[in-house]
Amino acid sequence: MIYLELFWEFFKTGLFSIGGGLATIPFLYDIGKRYDWLDTSIIPDMIAISESTPGPIGINMATYTGYMAAKIPGAIIASLAIILPSVIIVLIISRLLATFSQDKRVLNAMYGLRPASLGLITAAAYAVLNVSVITYDTFVETGNILDIIYIKALILFVCLLVVRIFFKRIHPIVFIVFAGVVGIIFKF
Amino acid sequence: MKRGGYMKTLFELYWIFFKVGLFTFGGGYTMLPILQKEIVEKKKWLTTENIIDYYTLSQCTPGIIAVNVSTYIGFKKKSYLGGIFSALGVITPSIIIITIIATILTNFLHIEAVGHAFAGIRVAVAALVIVTIIDMYKKSVIDWLCILLYILSFFLSVFTSISPVFIILGSAITGLVLGTRMNERKGREK
Repeated sequence: MIYLELFWEFFKTGLFSIGGGLATIPFLYDIGKRYDWLDTSIIPDMIAISESTPGPIGINMATYTGYMAAKIPGAIIASLAIILPSVIIVLIISRLLATFSQDKRVLNAMYGLRPASLGLITAAAYAVLNVSVITYDTFVETGNILDIIYIKALILFVCLLVVRIFFKRIHPIVFIVFAGVVGIIFKF
Repeated sequence: MKRGGYMKTLFELYWIFFKVGLFTFGGGYTMLPILQKEIVEKKKWLTTENIIDYYTLSQCTPGIIAVNVSTYIGFKKKSYLGGIFSALGVITPSIIIITIIATILTNFLHIEAVGHAFAGIRVAVAALVIVTIIDMYKKSVIDWLCILLYILSFFLSVFTSISPVFIILGSAITGLVLGTRMNERKGREK
């Protein structure tokens, strides 16, 4: 029964992938080895599509795999299955937190966790900047000093940053849509 | 009357997280600027500190970070059903868009405009997230130990392949061991 298999496999993936959508990739290869409804040769394309469509990467990959295996019902089952374990766990933790949120140990742990978590977010932002604005890898390939920074992207980046800092009221969605349009017009 | 208000908030949660899902490009952290706008500034349901805490917890909870954050915030606002509605909201756009791409736009990856648009969007995401980070930094990095943890976790993440799980665990233990002492010192200084 393909629906049950999809549900069970993505339930396990959701339960054991800690730290973001890309952590699900090894699980997908493993599923591909054991079932014939997932062709592992489509995984690289699937990652590319998941990264360049709206939505969290992990969900996009589950939906895509589910669709490839069993059309629309498959897409829905895989997506629900991958979120089910974490939704259950989060609801349990939330319930506990409501009781222990003023506990000294919880407060102390959170005090240490916040800066570290922010450090990880900064590292992720740095990684995005590193492919979109700073193009050091292209420079290594071509040896052309102008290739260290993608100048069009840098101009857009600085403009957006300045506008974001001084006009706090503009909705982030406006920035995203605007940058997408600029990308198309100026062929980023 | 009361019941109507309850349902209304649940659908509000669903709709907010639908928007969040629609405009999250990449990993879960890219949802932070929109969360900040919708939940903190517009609805005033939570503070920036709350958002940092839920994001932090989500990084150490199994599953997809964006779904975890949505569930935590939904629970905080409207208990179990709030958590479930928020999680469903954040995944709905993905299901719709990916299904469209898999059925109609099968050559999606080869459409030239898509590549250009996403190169532009990545720049915007970087700019938005950096401004959000600055805001959060002011509120959570409050003494020298925090600065140390912040820098350490950044460098470990960028330059080594140490799993974020260990970075998170290490900082939680540091907080447990040194947190009280740091807070007592701050109390004395006051």
